[in-house]
Amino acid sequence: MSTNNLTTHNLLSAESLAQIDREVAKYPADQARSAVMGALRIAQVEKRYLTNDMIEFIANYLGIAPMMAYEVATFYNMYDMKPVGKHKLTVCTNLPCALSGGYTTANYLKQKLGIDFNETTADGKFTLKEGECMGACGYAPVMLVNNHSMCNHMTPEAIDKKLAELE
Amino acid sequence: MLEIEIDGKKLTVPGGSTVMDAANSIGVHIPHFCYHKKLSIAANCRMCLVQVEKAPKPLPACATPVTDGMKVFTHSDQAVTAQKGVMEFLLINHPLDCPICDQGGECQLQDLAVGYGQSGSDYAEEKRVVANKDLGPLISTDMTRCIHCSRCVRFTEEIAGFQELGMANRGEFTEVMPFIGKTVNSEISGNVIDLCPVGALTSKPFRYTARTWELSRRKSVGAHDGLGSNLIVQVKNNKVMRVLPLENEAINECWLSDRDRYSYEALNSQERLTKPMIKQGGVWQEADWQTALEYVANGLKQVVAEHGKDSVAAVASANSTVEELFTLRKLMAGLGVEAVQAFARNADFSVKTQGAKWLGQSLEELSQNEAVLIVGSTVRKEQPLLAQRLRQAVKKGMALSLVNVHGDDLLTKLAGEVIVRPDQLLEGLLQVVKAVVELKSVAAPAGIDLANVVVSDAARAIANSFEGKAKAAVLLGNIAQTSARYAEIYAAAAALAALTGAKLGVPAVAANSVGAELIGADLGGNVFAAAKKAYVFVGVEPEFDAHNGSQALAAAKQAEMVVVMSAFQSCAMDYADVLLPISPFTETSGTFVNMEGKAQSFNGVVRPLGETRPAWKVFRVLGNVLGFNGFDYNSSEEIRDEALAGDTAARLNNTLTSAVAVSAKSAQGLVRLGEVPVYQGDAIVRRAPSLQATADAALATTVRLNAATIAKLGLVDGGKAIVKQGQGSAELTVKLDAGLLDDVVRVATSHPLTRDLGEMVGAVEVLKG
Ligand code: SF4
Ligand code: FES
Ligand code: FES
Repeated sequence: MSTNNLTTHNLLSAESLAQIDREVAKYPADQARSAVMGALRIAQVEKRYLTNDMIEFIANYLGIAPMMAYEVATFYNMYDMKPVGKHKLTVCTNLPCALSGGYTTANYLKQKLGIDFNETTADGKFTLKEGECMGACGYAPVMLVNNHSMCNHMTPEAIDKKLAELE
Repeated sequence: MLEIEIDGKKLTVPGGSTVMDAANSIGVHIPHFCYHKKLSIAANCRMCLVQVEKAPKPLPACATPVTDGMKVFTHSDQAVTAQKGVMEFLLINHPLDCPICDQGGECQLQDLAVGYGQSGSDYAEEKRVVANKDLGPLISTDMTRCIHCSRCVRFTEEIAGFQELGMANRGEFTEVMPFIGKTVNSEISGNVIDLCPVGALTSKPFRYTARTWELSRRKSVGAHDGLGSNLIVQVKNNKVMRVLPLENEAINECWLSDRDRYSYEALNSQERLTKPMIKQGGVWQEADWQTALEYVANGLKQVVAEHGKDSVAAVASANSTVEELFTLRKLMAGLGVEAVQAFARNADFSVKTQGAKWLGQSLEELSQNEAVLIVGSTVRKEQPLLAQRLRQAVKKGMALSLVNVHGDDLLTKLAGEVIVRPDQLLEGLLQVVKAVVELKSVAAPAGIDLANVVVSDAARAIANSFEGKAKAAVLLGNIAQTSARYAEIYAAAAALAALTGAKLGVPAVAANSVGAELIGADLGGNVFAAAKKAYVFVGVEPEFDAHNGSQALAAAKQAEMVVVMSAFQSCAMDYADVLLPISPFTETSGTFVNMEGKAQSFNGVVRPLGETRPAWKVFRVLGNVLGFNGFDYNSSEEIRDEALAGDTAARLNNTLTSAVAVSAKSAQGLVRLGEVPVYQGDAIVRRAPSLQATADAALATTVRLNAATIAKLGLVDGGKAIVKQGQGSAELTVKLDAGLLDDVVRVATSHPLTRDLGEMVGAVEVLKG
């Protein structure tokens, strides 16, 4: 799709673009849209969060409408549309977790860090997020650190230990 | 075929049908919101739940494929309970502000709530509120009313070709919106208003001006492009309040272009001319019709007597009706005047065909083609719904390609695209001709010199796309039709069509271009090249409606007598001697012959404003005043029957009467690409304020060039530039257009900012402003 207002300068590093190209190559030539989740993830890993400019850049890079990428970026809560702290802690509060202490975990974190959901500590170290089911209900309460590492049975003691590791 | 039973009625349906399709085929109504026959299945509103025998729970009819022997109950207890439950949920967050909602009275949610809603709700908590969005000058939003059916989103993606709207966020926070900071700029955007089942998207110009039940619905026909879209014009107190599509699957389907939808605003504009006026001693004075018509009759007679019959020309808009053009031509014939020209935008009048030029097939046949090449066209803006039709055909496998003078995105997949300079359109087409000749190893068509033509890969791709295709077409767009080398382009296209077995088609530029040719209102060539002593302008403004606006205006200014028949007064005051208020298409009965040669007659939907009269009646009286025979028509139907007597279909023929010698030339230097902007095409759309506030209208105020040309000329994107052509110049904003070739200067024609410039395609100078 040729568009007359392509973002001309690259917002991402050559390595990230190469990774996106690998994502695109997984799908048929006219299905670049399928690579949008991967592309957004790669961009977020490089830049820590996604700006509207970045979303538009990625959409243009894939040859899809910016709105298509924006829909995906705002639907999944692992994409961050605002700057986050060094460590992003996502606590699951869906039903099974909620029944097994998810809110206790969340409240303990709020109190310990002195922030609410969607806030970042003053030193920029921690951001707290409310998450959706991570498919690990049996290990509730579940917390995800920086989108990539899953922590099970997050009792207050386990939290203290984890936070100490992250210091 | 599958057997299915719906509410006890047995029927058979083709495999792949959904329960919804099956129910529709026998007239069983299943309540729905997200389902729309022209859109993909989303199945997200759940209103269409029905009971299916042996299914453990209600199923959505719109997304459930029919299986053999299926038994469906649409009104059983289970079904109705499910439907009522869905309705309760849909209403949880709906503001129920029907009394102040423009959709009230034509709202699917309101209607279905009557059938399935309850008088109270279990939900007592706070309702959500959603911020409104700025979608531009045409669509008004009340997003709190949105029920997230996603019809509008699917429309932009699937029908308009570019997903301008989307659903952001998730769950309770879901919102329909355009991408941050963008508006909806599609040329067919207004259709989302019709699609939206609630009052979330409504018409901005129409907002709060009437309730739907106060409006009468009258049929009419679109007067701005060659499609002839069928309209429902809604009227209150003798005033056009709104225009909606009238479904006609063979023409506009259920859609309407924004141009046809919103042009009505001009009909109620302050610029309407409501009384005849005569300029006496340099001063404009109102006159009665009798005086004005005697003035016109005597004036024209005198000019003919003094300077001969070739000193007079009538120029009419090709959006004039058959009846108007026919009586005009007859009147002129009575005076001995031959020049009656409804194609003043053309530059080359030497194309002679065996009949009136047309699409060469019906619109539905066009959709069936396996390969189509369009030559020289900004299709989306010229014929918005034709572009839509082709887009759908491409999805079904049509190979669509372009030989064009810019890279504008057709928002569909192309099999090939050759982009050339605007003065090289012929050469671009010849590349394809030569590629086909080489591919088929045949001799070059007679009269066509291909020696100097260098074939590009894109041209080869186009040639390949025609290989082995039984049904194919070559179409000539507006840019080709108005080219100074139209005859050569036409001959090359005809040759290409002959080589590939394709049909040659000429999509009519205006509502009645085909009708005008049938009647012979295409005579006199360029009537401004050698200025005449007298002009009769019918619905045209020479500075905007001629190929070379400044030349036309100069000709009008020097003429001894200029009769302007128009619905509007503005521009003509300078050069006219008499102004006669004539009806726009909504105030007269008449007929348009569309691009597929179909004559569509319509009635006036409102009474003529003030002392406005239908032009055909004016010509009738003039004929009588001048004592000519054959002007005793009682109705427009009588005129139509005379004008289109016999088999008009047999008089449509795109075959050239004689061979045209075609040869490639080279070109260099800065060249203007002048197109008629989408909302400048005729006197009505030029005066429609909402259309003039669109992004497309803003684009027409720019000079577009590619990056290399901007740099070479020392311009800056967003800065000013002065474009000079002939004696005239225009100061415009520079805009980058990556789809143009080097040295192409894309400057609108038919625009107030560029009226002093010359022909559409020609040498220009560009200076930093
Ligand atoms: S705005 Fe209207 S058409 Fe669009 S999703 Fe909402 S209810 Fe449906
Ligand atoms: S509910 Fe928390 S992981 Fe499933
Ligand atoms: S119409 Fe079937 S789910 Fe909406």
